Amino acid sequence: MSYETILFTLEDAVATLTLNRPDRLNSFNAQMHEEIRDALKQVVRGGARALLITGAGRGFCAGQDLSDRNVAADAAMPDLGLSIERGYNPLIRTLRTLELPVICAVNGVAAGAGANLALACDIVFAARSASFIQAFCKLGLVPDSGGTWFLPRLVGTARATALTMLGDKIGAEQAEAWGMIWKCVDDAELLPTAQAAAAHLATQPTAGLALIKRALVSSATHTLDQQLDLERDFQRIAGRTEDYREGVAAFMQKRAPQFKGR
Amino acid sequence: MTSPSDIVVDRPSPGVLAITLNRPDALNALRNALLAELAATLDAAAGDDDVRCVVLGGGPKVFAAGADIKEMAALDVVGVLNDCRPGYWAAIRRFPKPIVAAVNGFALGGGCELAMLADIIVAGDNARFGQPEINLGIIPGAGGTQRLVRAVGKPLAMKLVLTGESIDARTALAAGLVAEVTVPELTQERALAIARGIAAKPPIAVRLAKECVLKAFELSLESALDAERKAFALLAATEDRREGIAAFVEKRQPEFKGR
Repeated sequence: MSYETILFTLEDAVATLTLNRPDRLNSFNAQMHEEIRDALKQVVRGGARALLITGAGRGFCAGQDLSDRNVAADAAMPDLGLSIERGYNPLIRTLRTLELPVICAVNGVAAGAGANLALACDIVFAARSASFIQAFCKLGLVPDSGGTWFLPRLVGTARATALTMLGDKIGAEQAEAWGMIWKCVDDAELLPTAQAAAAHLATQPTAGLALIKRALVSSATHTLDQQLDLERDFQRIAGRTEDYREGVAAFMQKRAPQFKGR
Repeated sequence: MTSPSDIVVDRPSPGVLAITLNRPDALNALRNALLAELAATLDAAAGDDDVRCVVLGGGPKVFAAGADIKEMAALDVVGVLNDCRPGYWAAIRRFPKPIVAAVNGFALGGGCELAMLADIIVAGDNARFGQPEINLGIIPGAGGTQRLVRAVGKPLAMKLVLTGESIDARTALAAGLVAEVTVPELTQERALAIARGIAAKPPIAVRLAKECVLKAFELSLESALDAERKAFALLAATEDRREGIAAFVEKRQPEFKGR
């Protein structure tokens, strides 16, 4: 499948997905949803061990392309739930269950579903000039793509409420200070930094990283007791990976480990 | 028996027989040949003193996705009336020793019915249970309308049977369809651990206990309590009961002999 709305490469176990509708600030339309869905299948099939998501041009992603929406006074009321059920929700679920680290390089404005797409990734870098905005409230809508779930966990309820009700734009430095993202870096450093992280992670024990991700995702709905049991189970599984053997062997032999990701 | 085999049978530890559905290309669809092998294996295991508990598993992403639709489509009303399948299901149903099902992924239609024939279900958190027969213009034909309602109650059973929708492992746990949910990588192991535990118990008591629990679905409470009392009395004649009680009093591990 050749793509028109995204760019996709897979080299040295690093998959890079670039949202590529720069004249529309990389906003989502149906085609982009379909192409991302296809690309994420290639990530798994192609044996990638890290995924990097970024945007082309000056923005990261402006969320839903509103020119796709028919809101004429005489038109029937739209069912926005349908586009969420078919497009955004499967995308967020796939990213959260991909068994490899997903890194996001937020190169510019991340608005609406675009902001929440970034927050759904495992490790988020942002350019100093990038910004995040929960624009939904200005249209009478509710944050989707996981925004109401991620934000309170990342920044606390007070900040999540103000962000989603006032719809204020916050800069990357503020986002970093609040713990909403991992790191804010100078604009010119963004891609090199994110790419270096992806390249590093692609050499690490992928199966173990995937278990860490599953454990963290599960923690949101678990009690401490349940989570302790899950950690026991995951450690049991991790202890049987080739990479654990290699890691211990390399440590004992004082050499650099060669992980295979399994 | 047909070849290649639709199931894999092995003995992972003393007293435990593991049966694994093995038609990965067909999502473990339960064709006649598979059910025949399963029924024959259980018939043989019923009379084998070295089998004390059975673990019934499938693949990592699918337990069994249903019946073999092509086989079913070929039958007219006379064909359905003379079908061999109810006989196979009966053999599974009458198996006198405990069956622990390890369910990962889809357990749909006949797959859900097969899982429900097990005495204990351990599910991976990727498991999905459902009876989608209604989508094909048919209904569950091997207990789906009966065991489901007894396990999860009428409202959820009706929803599953009438809409064909499925439920995930956590919902199934909350509803009482499964005994335990674990991570998919450990489902089989967990089922094996339970089976090993059961295999170490006194076999006659295990058999009578299974029989009595199943009577809860067959008899009135009064008759079932009578049956339970008689089974309880029967065990007073076994060596294993004397050994069990003696070991408890003497604070040592019992050695059960199955008599």
